[in-house]
Amino acid sequence: MQAGLRAGLPYGAASLLLGLSFGVLARPVMGPLATIVMSVVVFAGSAQFAALAVLSAGGGAAAAIVAGMLLNLRFIPMGIAIAPSLRAGRLGRALRGQALVDASWALANRGGGRFDIEFLLGSTLAQYPAWVAGTVIGALAGSALGNPRSLGLDAIFPAFFLGLLVVELRRPAARPVAALGAAIALVLTPLTPAGVPIIVASLAVALPGRRVRAVR
Amino acid sequence: MSTAVWITIGGLCAATAAIKAFGPLVFGARELPPILARVIPLLAPALLAALVVTETVGGSGRSLVIDARVGGLLAAAVAISRRWPLAVVVLCAAATTALLRALA
Repeated sequence: MQAGLRAGLPYGAASLLLGLSFGVLARPVMGPLATIVMSVVVFAGSAQFAALAVLSAGGGAAAAIVAGMLLNLRFIPMGIAIAPSLRAGRLGRALRGQALVDASWALANRGGGRFDIEFLLGSTLAQYPAWVAGTVIGALAGSALGNPRSLGLDAIFPAFFLGLLVVELRRPAARPVAALGAAIALVLTPLTPAGVPIIVASLAVALPGRRVRAVR
Repeated sequence: MSTAVWITIGGLCAATAAIKAFGPLVFGARELPPILARVIPLLAPALLAALVVTETVGGSGRSLVIDARVGGLLAAAVAISRRWPLAVVVLCAAATTALLRALA
């Protein structure tokens, strides 16, 4: 778990800055208290940003919840992926599932369908307080701070995911699946609400393995 | 407005917890059918590839945006090909993107 905590620290720093930008953006829409409570109890950055976008555009609670859920649905395939590595009772498994966040899930991936759950928990432990602290600072200090975009912080995520993808691509079976997943995401990004492309891309695993072998 | 905000927070909290618990609850602690055992290891590359795409060109709402993030991703690709550590890769991407935005 300590190894995971250490590995999660850079993403904790990123979470702090993203939480900060969430706090800055959410405060005028939701007020400081609701902004902070949301980060404490929801703890899903992209979903919170999506729900905030709906609310600030004048949308209702139902639309905001659906927008957030769409982005969170990716945790279903991610949760299924870690399930075989979980050694705990029902409640223990459900609780460990709450630690699922993109960076931790990806860092804990040991290849071949195995996940280091202790590592995942440690990494999330590095990110959760940072996300909440960032939100508090953003919601209270507000616009006194700079724009995270001008610091290039939004580019951290694709770079991070690319670094982890490259490791996966060492397995030949992963290559056509990754290519199809990327193609699906690219086609759907301008067509569907955010979150949908990632969920549909997970269907790329249905690419029949036997035919892939025959082609090669 | 305030009521809608709190309903959103409560609803999203419950939905997120349920979604995160689903895989571990339903698929945990039992032998997987052979088809799932073959497919589950491939979820990681499929999801990671999709995340690279959406985080690079995803805009707000239904849009595809080509901006300085693409330059950041290219810098990351160079750093990865030189086998630099992931933390350095990520910093290269942020620095390149920030530089491109400052120049623009």
